[in-house]
Amino acid sequence: MKIFATYNIKGGVGKTATAVNLSYLAAMEGYRVLLWDLDPQAAASYLFRIKPRVKGGGKALIQGRRPVDDAIKGTDFDGLDLLPADFTYRNLDLMLDSAKQPARRLAGLLAPLKKEYDLVVLDCPPSISLLSESVLHAADLLLVPLIPTTLSVRTLDQLTDFVSGFNGHKPAVLAFFSMIDRRKRLHIQIAADLPAERSDFATAVIPAVSVIEQMSVHRAPVTAFAPRTMAARQYRELWHEARDRAGLTTG
Amino acid sequence: MPVASREFVLHDSAGTGPDLLRAVAGAASDSIAWANGGPVSTYRRTWLDTFDWRLYRAGLTLEQVTASAGAILTLTGRDGEVLASERLQRGAATWPSLLTALPDGPLRELLEPVAGVRALSPVAKAASSVAELRALNADAKTIARLAVDRMSVTFPAHAIAPARLSLSPVRGYVGQTEKAARALAALPGVGRGRGSALETALAAAGRRPGELPGKAAAIALTPAMPARAAMAAILAELLGSLEANVPGTVKDVDTEFLHDLRIAVRRTRSALKLCCNALPDGLAARFAPEFRWLGELTTPTRDLDVYLLGFDSMAAGLVSATEIELAPFRDYLLKSRAVAHRHLVRGLRSARFRRLTADWRAALEGVGAPSKRTTVAQLADTKIGIAHRRALRAGQNLTASSPSESLHDLRKRCKELRYVVEMFGSLHDPAQRWQAVRELKALQDCLGEFQDAEVQRDEIRAFAAQMLADRTAPAETLLAMGEIAAGLALRQRAARARFDHAFANFASPPSKARLAALARMSAA
Repeated sequence: MKIFATYNIKGGVGKTATAVNLSYLAAMEGYRVLLWDLDPQAAASYLFRIKPRVKGGGKALIQGRRPVDDAIKGTDFDGLDLLPADFTYRNLDLMLDSAKQPARRLAGLLAPLKKEYDLVVLDCPPSISLLSESVLHAADLLLVPLIPTTLSVRTLDQLTDFVSGFNGHKPAVLAFFSMIDRRKRLHIQIAADLPAERSDFATAVIPAVSVIEQMSVHRAPVTAFAPRTMAARQYRELWHEARDRAGLTTG
Repeated sequence: MPVASREFVLHDSAGTGPDLLRAVAGAASDSIAWANGGPVSTYRRTWLDTFDWRLYRAGLTLEQVTASAGAILTLTGRDGEVLASERLQRGAATWPSLLTALPDGPLRELLEPVAGVRALSPVAKAASSVAELRALNADAKTIARLAVDRMSVTFPAHAIAPARLSLSPVRGYVGQTEKAARALAALPGVGRGRGSALETALAAAGRRPGELPGKAAAIALTPAMPARAAMAAILAELLGSLEANVPGTVKDVDTEFLHDLRIAVRRTRSALKLCCNALPDGLAARFAPEFRWLGELTTPTRDLDVYLLGFDSMAAGLVSATEIELAPFRDYLLKSRAVAHRHLVRGLRSARFRRLTADWRAALEGVGAPSKRTTVAQLADTKIGIAHRRALRAGQNLTASSPSESLHDLRKRCKELRYVVEMFGSLHDPAQRWQAVRELKALQDCLGEFQDAEVQRDEIRAFAAQMLADRTAPAETLLAMGEIAAGLALRQRAARARFDHAFANFASPPSKARLAALARMSAA
């Protein structure tokens, strides 16, 4: 079982859209996928029409009083399950703080699922916190959506430095440009130059297009309801890069 | 954790035609709606089992599903749980086939102890057309999937099965699925689904799984039944079993067809010999020689089958020689077996065989009421008693120096006793019967080992002489065969050493009392 996490300290950069579409594409390839919506805003849960509620809240999960397995819901797509968000997730930091080895807690919670799933995708809330640290420790691959600005790249470097200081397991980092506006010259230029210069950048580029926004209307991944669009093609390319980077195999 | 699906059947009387959505739309409510779930998929299904339903009796179902993407064999357990599956290469297995035709893997490993040497043959075939509907909650979220399977059965008879509805909850939505199931069950024309798809297919074709051409023990005798009528019924059932095994023997599907055919012949011969006075005058005398001919016709092939079935374990027991050195011997056995089987097939296709079965059936159907009225219970009591005394007599004077023929003769008497007990089996309590024949079985095993080892040792000498004459055996093969002959001699000696103890147990007062009680029970 591999664990991917979509992570960025900033909000609104396409983390959830990436998590939802990559999870869907993985399931369509026959992988058994679990998407954990860790964001109390519950956008991923909403997109799959699943109520953002976990019995006992995040505390029951973190404390192990309720097995993660019990809270999982099937989506409308074969092979793709979702662990819904819950509003109590806003306090996950506090809950983790009172747990033993908080930075390793998430990995511990997911360990019993390794026979059941080939891939777990963690959709993280925008923050830098104990939860983020626990996610970074659990993940095999960090998918980092970036808006093409100089500051974004600086943030990526900070993240890369941070995870390279981990003892033992270190996640691989795969950054990619998201919400690219083809009308902005800076966007075009940065998106063209950086992936060629850096090995931690994907070549796929997710455009800022309305069809991605329409996911909240269709309540489905764009790769499912508009698979022939440019956005869907770019998500597919990103999925293939992520899959190959993580060396994902079935079973 | 997967949750079991809820099964229903949709009877044609529901009058819904092909519009499934309309059919189940009536099961909608404020909280549940239904939507089409995608295109209809079609595939061919073949259920496989051994001729004597070993898989079914073990609670297993083996199904081959063939669609445009290829064929998959799936083995499921009693609750429909998948135990193993195997994707088949195109043209990898044509049925009937022995398990050796399957690729190595978990599926074959699970099947081997159950099917043994028996071939897998189709027991039912159907074409399935499966449509899927989705049950949606108020958020238009799929909470369950309803598969509607319309099966058109093509074997063992053409028939249309009632549509099977299978409602499977999406994970985490069991409660809401229960509501949908209740609404579905309340629809007119929808009934609770019982039985597997195989059972549904067979029921549509007017059959049931596990149906076997009867064994004598399967006949339900009543103690007051006239002996003559009972014997006619038993013999007719044995004829049914004999005939049912002929096609499989002729096609050489697996070695058990011939084995079962021979059992039916031997039981018939024993019944004719032991119970001739319960049959019309002259009937046994007229048919006994013909059944003897039939028995002898089948012997060479069966002897070679026994050799070949035990070949690997024989070869594995070699100490000095190697298995490779035995290869010419195996080839020789295979060729001899092919010749013997051709001879057997000619016999089973002959006018003599056809005449035998036709005349025998006509004779049994014409058996009338006797002037002297003996019940089957009285007959069983007498015959079990006689056969028991004969077996005891044949064994009581045997000593270490008795010739092998005396042990062979005792083996025949024991077989007769066993057959006569089984023939009247439905008059007895099964547990008591098992207790009564326990020592008899142990004695039979010992005598069987003794005689088989001797016969095989004699045969291997004859094979060696023939192979030498044919110049088909290198010296190392003959030496390896000699080692096998020596092993057989040791086996025979060991069986002889066990004999005294086995017979003493059989002849012990408690064992005699149990068999005597069984005989009396027939008449009770």
